[in-house]
Amino acid sequence: MSLHKLGLVELHKKFTAGEVTATEIVRAYFLRISQVEPRVKAFVTQTKDSAYQQAEELDQKLKVWRKTHLLTGMPLAVKDNICTDGVPTTCSSQMLRHFVPPYDATVVSRLRSQEYILVGKTNLDEFAMGSSTENSAFGPSRNPWNLHCVPGGSSGGSAAAVAAEECAAALGSDTGGSIRQPAAFCGVVGVKPTYGRVSRYGLIAFASSLDQIGPITRNVPDAAFLLQAIAGHDPMDSTSIDRPVPDYLKALQRRDLKKVRVGVPVEFFTEGLDPEVEQAVRAAIGELKQLGAEVKEIRLPRTDAAVAVYYVIATAEASSNLARFDGVKFGFRAKETKDLLELYMKTRQEGFGPEVKRRIMLGTYVLSAGYYDAYYGKAQAVRTLVCQDFDAAFKEVDLIVTPATPTPAFKLGEKCEDPLQMYLSDIFTISVNLAGLPAIALPCGFSKVGLPIGLQLIGRAFEEDTMLRAAHAYEQSTAWHRQRPSIR
Amino acid sequence: MEITQQDVEKVAQLARLALTASEKETFAKQLSQILSHVDQLNQYDTTGIEPTATVMGQVNVFRADIVRPSLPVEKALANAPERESDGFVVPKIIEER
Repeated sequence: MSLHKLGLVELHKKFTAGEVTATEIVRAYFLRISQVEPRVKAFVTQTKDSAYQQAEELDQKLKVWRKTHLLTGMPLAVKDNICTDGVPTTCSSQMLRHFVPPYDATVVSRLRSQEYILVGKTNLDEFAMGSSTENSAFGPSRNPWNLHCVPGGSSGGSAAAVAAEECAAALGSDTGGSIRQPAAFCGVVGVKPTYGRVSRYGLIAFASSLDQIGPITRNVPDAAFLLQAIAGHDPMDSTSIDRPVPDYLKALQRRDLKKVRVGVPVEFFTEGLDPEVEQAVRAAIGELKQLGAEVKEIRLPRTDAAVAVYYVIATAEASSNLARFDGVKFGFRAKETKDLLELYMKTRQEGFGPEVKRRIMLGTYVLSAGYYDAYYGKAQAVRTLVCQDFDAAFKEVDLIVTPATPTPAFKLGEKCEDPLQMYLSDIFTISVNLAGLPAIALPCGFSKVGLPIGLQLIGRAFEEDTMLRAAHAYEQSTAWHRQRPSIR
Repeated sequence: MEITQQDVEKVAQLARLALTASEKETFAKQLSQILSHVDQLNQYDTTGIEPTATVMGQVNVFRADIVRPSLPVEKALANAPERESDGFVVPKIIEER
């Protein structure tokens, strides 16, 4: 069996048992990458030389003393908006095309201290703004299940790389669904942790009150494994929360869902939901019931407001965060400008793509004098109502189950011309970020044309363990996650 | 909400973003469309509702003020588009009279 077919936990076991060397792992993965990457286009940067070098060093070291960490020798990919010391981090933008971070993001230094092997940096919608990777300055990634379809976004490169078995697992970031939507489109597992569970230090900021880093993997145990490696308090991120991290793999051991109350929000099953998606999700809900869960209907009445709230708050925060790209200290600088103001204006004109400009404009508008209360203030107040809906629901249930996306993956180019339609495709994932809750997307079926369909489970804040346990119980009772694309 | 090209120009200036004529036209149309969707927020009564800026509600996260190593000058300047000795170079800011 080829090594690239093994998931993270399986590969870790094989490596720890000494059945395979780090160099063999790296060789197997770069062979796989050379076979499928020309079609999938998941990576912005591949780190083949440093991966081989790291692997050889590890193998030498382990000959002397066989002591391994959780991620020793594990080939992982990292989304290209997460800073890697000495390895270019572009955000898929002309603005950062040649930017080489002088430090590691906290998640990366955690992986590094556990001796992981970086295989490459994955493609995204520029500055994580988008739902298809079509906004990448370096061209779109493809969905491994159908190369004419988008892999989703913004972590589309990470999801495509995992689905195409170009890495054992990957990191993504999720501001409005950017881990879960591509995971659903590519038939893999994606976890958005509770806001504050994982450090954001070194994640190039898009919307600071919504962003979280999380794992994208082939199955639920792999997600638990990788989340374990990155979760925890970090003094460098003052919004990260200092509370103990449970043993997520151990939480998976219980296989039944007795006494787990699962809510089905009626607002998520209305017009606009693809019938094939509805059918698959309803079948999954039936399966949860079979496993012993107590399923009941709930209401999240302010669901309709989520997209509007999000596109005010996220763009407002983005317009502020992206003010740092001014052509002075790092990144792109426009040539031949007569004064400082023109340097700023032309640098930003030439460095940013259309979607980033659109969001900076929208965010600046809703924060500007005369409109602040009507838009930004109003959106923040409605955000409170969205949070209250979840608070009320979680008094009655332990988990909420929904479709991850209204439709399976759409075709490349299909929604490019209509930003609002593109925004509305995130309708099922966005409210989770507004409320800061943990959520997981996992495969629950396929459409007639063979595209994956994703299920979403939403948990209470900091109850990733319960969420992962339910996801794992469901995964164990189905075979969806074992299907792999043929990539042609 | 109808956004005019004049609105777009004003906001672009605030955002320090130069736009082409066709960008101004497109953004006026698209921002109007997006803000019309956002206007549906007015159907929600938010009288007396506290705004949410961050969900975990921490305030004033303090840490001890201890001197630690920081980014070395060479590393901090390594990505500079233009530099001179230990500084970043920008076009002249103060005008001559």
